[in-house]
Amino acid sequence: MTTQTASSDAPLLQMQGIDKSFPGVQALHDVALQVRGGEVHALVGENGAGKSTLMRILGGVHQRDRGEILWHGRPLEIRSPLEARAHGISIIHQELNQVPGLSVAENIFLGREPRRALGWVDWTQMRVRATRLLADLGLSIDPRRRLGTLTVAEQQLVEIAKALSSEAELVIMDEPTAALTSEETQRLFGFIRDLRARGVAIIYITHRLEEVFSIADRVTVLRDGQYVSTSAVGDINLDELIRLMVGRRLTEKFPKETFAPGKPVLEVRGLTRAGVFEDVSFVVHHGEILGIAGLIGSGKTEVAHAVFGADPIDRGEIYLDGRQVAIPSPAAAIALGIGLVTEDRKRLGLILQMSVRDNITLPVIRTLAPAAFIRRRREQALVAQAIRDLHMAVTSPEQLARNLSGGTQQKAVVAKWLQTHARVLLLAEPTRGIDVGAKVEMYRLMVDLARRGVGIVMISSEMPEILGMSDRILVMHDGRITAEFSRERATQEAILASASGRTPSAV
Amino acid sequence: MQFDRAAVHAALGHLRLTPLRNVLRRFGIAIAFLLLMGTLAVLSPPFATASNLFNIARQVSINAILAAGMTFVILTAGIDLSVGSVLAYSGAIMAGVLVSNLPLFVGIGAGLALGALLGLLNGVIITRGKVQPFIATLAMLTMARGATLVYTDGRPITGLPDAFVWLGEGDLGWIPVPVVIMGVVFVIGHLILTQTVLGRYVYAIGGNEEAARLSGVNVAAYKTLVYGISGLLAAVSAIILTARLNSAQPTAGSGYELDAIAAVVLGGTTLAGGEGSVGGTLLGAFIIGVINNGLNLLNVSAFYQQVVKGAVILLAVLLDRRLR
Repeated sequence: MTTQTASSDAPLLQMQGIDKSFPGVQALHDVALQVRGGEVHALVGENGAGKSTLMRILGGVHQRDRGEILWHGRPLEIRSPLEARAHGISIIHQELNQVPGLSVAENIFLGREPRRALGWVDWTQMRVRATRLLADLGLSIDPRRRLGTLTVAEQQLVEIAKALSSEAELVIMDEPTAALTSEETQRLFGFIRDLRARGVAIIYITHRLEEVFSIADRVTVLRDGQYVSTSAVGDINLDELIRLMVGRRLTEKFPKETFAPGKPVLEVRGLTRAGVFEDVSFVVHHGEILGIAGLIGSGKTEVAHAVFGADPIDRGEIYLDGRQVAIPSPAAAIALGIGLVTEDRKRLGLILQMSVRDNITLPVIRTLAPAAFIRRRREQALVAQAIRDLHMAVTSPEQLARNLSGGTQQKAVVAKWLQTHARVLLLAEPTRGIDVGAKVEMYRLMVDLARRGVGIVMISSEMPEILGMSDRILVMHDGRITAEFSRERATQEAILASASGRTPSAV
Repeated sequence: MQFDRAAVHAALGHLRLTPLRNVLRRFGIAIAFLLLMGTLAVLSPPFATASNLFNIARQVSINAILAAGMTFVILTAGIDLSVGSVLAYSGAIMAGVLVSNLPLFVGIGAGLALGALLGLLNGVIITRGKVQPFIATLAMLTMARGATLVYTDGRPITGLPDAFVWLGEGDLGWIPVPVVIMGVVFVIGHLILTQTVLGRYVYAIGGNEEAARLSGVNVAAYKTLVYGISGLLAAVSAIILTARLNSAQPTAGSGYELDAIAAVVLGGTTLAGGEGSVGGTLLGAFIIGVINNGLNLLNVSAFYQQVVKGAVILLAVLLDRRLR
């Protein structure tokens, strides 16, 4: 659509037949991408579609297994992030790679500070150039300010200034609006249009599909590591885009069983944490699996942490089996029979240098030590039982948690909460990063627990498991619940639409 | 070709080294200790006599007891720099109470209570005030030393009852009393760390504080308790030191925190927390004590002794790093 300054007829960037596999996973298969100078090119796809892997290859972080990259029509090897930058390819990461303690100018020129003789940093030149760059973006930020004192949006813009300072011809933005308010997003879009007008190409990765239509010229869809299509934004609408992303998926087998739901076990009313989630209300019944879907930053994980007492809440009421309860700490949640399988098992779920045994009994160890000393035999019996029940692949209960496979680690985390006889189990991304066999076992386990009357809240970004395992589905967007679907009426398209902020007219 | 050869070499080297490596990793510190003892026994005949060995144990007991408390703190990924000053302050209070002719248990009780209290205060400042352990305990180091100087007016407190002095100088049967106290401390410390909920929580907090919190551990309370234990054990050390010196010295215990930390690290406890044992710490304290004693017997000047001690600590930690 807008090709203003292509230096020749060849597109700025052409990636063809790109393959990339990691141990056990084919991340990309025969993927293509073509970007013209001076266009905003959106790259979309579900989690695991391969967007990030493709961009890491372009940014020199990963090396492709096969395929070719043409830059200005000529073959290009990108062996490191430094080389990518030298060629004029600049990445603005999802998580900002910035140093909050340094000044804005120091951050912009980090690693390539202007030098004087003897290698002394030329502070004057740095400040002058930083001021000019920021002014170009219409920002009136003092380059001497510490970066940490800026808002997230301003930091994001500084990152863009940094990308510009290296005279990039191609800027890759990975979910740049995830942390921005809608006003800040509009400002960002203004800058993107400016960049485009100067002939800079932008690859724009986003889960918020409505943004594709307000900022992009063309859009490329990836699905399951494969190239699906590239279209001009004017030739496509949101529903078509969603359909391309979802595609016809091989229907996975879920060991789902539905039980007649019992009484409500957990009820949440008007739960609010300012700036994170707002007025969240839901009910989970005994024996029910409630799925909560939503994009990264939608607040779904944070709701689970708040219900578990790990994060403070500003407002809201929580009822367990009909009685109002206060949950000021995880210890209180555990005492009330709530368990939380965290999203990041290595960082939050397990203590990696402790044994499987110590990890599994940690939430209940007090009850195993009626007279100060831990009853070893009772502990061993409990752990042996858990290892048997969950078919955990361990050499012994003394094996260190860090030496277990991802799937076994996840089972160890679940085993912790089986010890507490939790009546409500909050599962955050329960199958992230574990292999297919372990996934199915995890699903079986959820069904078993539901059969025993446990109320399960499953928070997940994986559309198939949300659809395959939930009895009911809530969708969150921007910290609010935007839709509720029964198992029968839920479709990928409808969930995706609600998750990207477009509430369907008929629910 | 070259690549292949290198790979084969690496594989062979690995195979050959693995059993030795495992032995060294598990018992490295004990082996180092025995080697050190053997060398000194050969170099200096008086070293291996029973009286000298008991003398070493008596000297080691003070640092070892401090280091036992330090082990708890370091296992939670903290540090306690205040132990030397807390020792001095508790010792001064003990002596002050005892010279005013109050019963033994009142004096000792007052000292122990003060040590524990100062430790708990450290813990509260760290957990509730969210101050780095290094800074909080550095402040306590200075304050407790100042308080000691104020209380003693900068002069030693002398004239302690014989029953008290016996705690530092006496023997129970043929075992020096301080060694008995050290033994009791380490047996209890070992039991707490391996057999009780507190021990499990200490390792959990040091291993991953946030995961421990999400497993229902009251992290703030247990961390506070651990600093309290360190303070209490500093006061136990104060009993022995004050009794041995037959007086409370206002400058007693200066720099002791560093020897205690050295003993903990020599004993294989990582400063990152979550891994280690009091058994290792006991060995670490003995290595430091044996080096001191051996170098004395060998007539090495006190100035060189410090160089040697520092070098040994560095060597041990480097070796440990290599083996892991």
